[in-house]
Amino acid sequence: MKPSNQSASSDRKLGKDEEQLLDDLGIFGQSRRTFLNQMSAAGISLMAVPYFTSDMFAQASKAPDLDPESLLNALEVNLKINGKTYPLQVDSRMTLLDALRERLNLTGSKKGCDHGQCGACTVLIDGKRKLSCLTLSATCKDKEVTTVEGLTQGTDLHPVQAAFLKHDGFQCGYCTPGQICSAVSLLDEAKRGEVSYVTKNVKDEVTQLSDEEIRERMSGNICRCGAYNNIVQAIQEVHSGKAEMPRWEFATEEQLEASRPAE
Amino acid sequence: MRPFQFHSPSNAAEALQKHTKDQKTHYLGGGTNLIDLMKEDVERPDHLVEVADLPFKEISKTANGGLMLGATLNNTDTANHTDVRKNYPLLTMAMLSAATEQIRNMATNGGNILQRTRCPYYFETSMPCNKREPGSGCGALNGANGKSAIFGWSESCVATHPSDMCVALAALNAKVHVEKEDGSSRVIPFSEFHRLPGDQPEKDTTLEIGELITGIELPESQFPDHYYYYKVRERSSYAFALVSAAVGLKLSGNTITKAGLAIGKVAHKPWKLEKVEKFLAGKEATLENFEAAADLAFEDAQPLSKNAYKIELGKKTLVQALVRAAARS
Repeated sequence: MKPSNQSASSDRKLGKDEEQLLDDLGIFGQSRRTFLNQMSAAGISLMAVPYFTSDMFAQASKAPDLDPESLLNALEVNLKINGKTYPLQVDSRMTLLDALRERLNLTGSKKGCDHGQCGACTVLIDGKRKLSCLTLSATCKDKEVTTVEGLTQGTDLHPVQAAFLKHDGFQCGYCTPGQICSAVSLLDEAKRGEVSYVTKNVKDEVTQLSDEEIRERMSGNICRCGAYNNIVQAIQEVHSGKAEMPRWEFATEEQLEASRPAE
Repeated sequence: MRPFQFHSPSNAAEALQKHTKDQKTHYLGGGTNLIDLMKEDVERPDHLVEVADLPFKEISKTANGGLMLGATLNNTDTANHTDVRKNYPLLTMAMLSAATEQIRNMATNGGNILQRTRCPYYFETSMPCNKREPGSGCGALNGANGKSAIFGWSESCVATHPSDMCVALAALNAKVHVEKEDGSSRVIPFSEFHRLPGDQPEKDTTLEIGELITGIELPESQFPDHYYYYKVRERSSYAFALVSAAVGLKLSGNTITKAGLAIGKVAHKPWKLEKVEKFLAGKEATLENFEAAADLAFEDAQPLSKNAYKIELGKKTLVQALVRAAARS
């Protein structure tokens, strides 16, 4: 992030909304000065995201046209994303991930490594999980793409999404859209009886997945925060249909009380 | 990534026509290797010819009791196909040890056997590499060669072939079916499909410009019961092998009547163990014989400065694979 000249100065006068924001964040006095020195105005506005109304995220139905001169080897593609068709002119080099994020404002799919190593860009193409960073947009014509934005039914979360919340299957959340798309696909693969390298005898179909099977099948999605145990638990709950208790719980009032130092 | 023209032909003839036009033309299968290499500026094609959707997606029985795997079918569907799982479980196991579900869903069979080495000097454009830039030298020969070849390397290249699928295909004596621009076709025995580097390391295979892989043929199933693909790597999933072993055994009682063997990540091509196959035929499936077989397999190894460990590791890997294959009931 590039700090503006303005924000580099600790003496700069704050706008009313910025004052309000810092108040709400609980940053006052001297720490407010330090905070301002460390943060650019753009950074502060990022933290204000929860204050914005949800129509901030309303998606443009049509991607803005690019200046044809900025495209090399331009191609026309009709991208079918989450049941909607987007006619788009793309450079032959444009990956599906870049088309989603930069042209269609579908920023759920994340760019982690951009080399097919981390899985953050995982989407479903014709129902199968694939890496959008290694998929050229030009190869997606006539294919149905589902991104994490397309998994919800109206306002209802997909069961995998709900399970990730329940089991705390993330920390920073950056890999989560990829993890969730991957997990949704994994459940279908299990229904079809697909086997894996850890399957004892690949001649036998596997429909009930052990935790070990889930781990092997999710190895294409890296989580830098290391939320793997909770991710496996979340997937196992949806897969087995048996409610798994999260292996953590909120402290009760009594426990909180007991933890306070005596007066 | 450098600019390129994208072509999406609707049939093989059209694709082949495009491929003869220009040396800097690449077929695009699943793209899991090629697009990555283009982003790294290692591959710089002027034209990409998409072949992933060409109609070679069937798995069909051949007249002589074998199986034909379509070149554009993806790795997941190939590995999980009932006929492959039941009759060629060694291939299923090897294919599923590779990469991740996302990558296997994208990768085509033809693309898998054409994938390039993962030698770090090939990927790093500031380093010399005869495979990437003929004449620039081999950085690995006296450099970071811990994962390089111990068999069949030359002064100009010590790279290894990274595919797991290919190790099983070598053990199973597969054949590669190729179509040419004039409509004719040819069949390449798997052992002659990949080549040793010699003084032309830029050429991985014996495939020519203007040829297109249409299928991979498996002979009649020989090892449906006693099989194992043992892959040793630095983590237990989603990593290339340090060494791997593909083993298929045919047993009569405890006597080996036939063996199909190959080891991976030790040479510029999957390393078929014909001599060891012959050695084991007629012998009892005992640990002693397996260890003798492993000694024989590695007797001609020529390690580089940092990869002598691959000999001991490779022997143990092969013995483990043999033990596990024989122990299956």
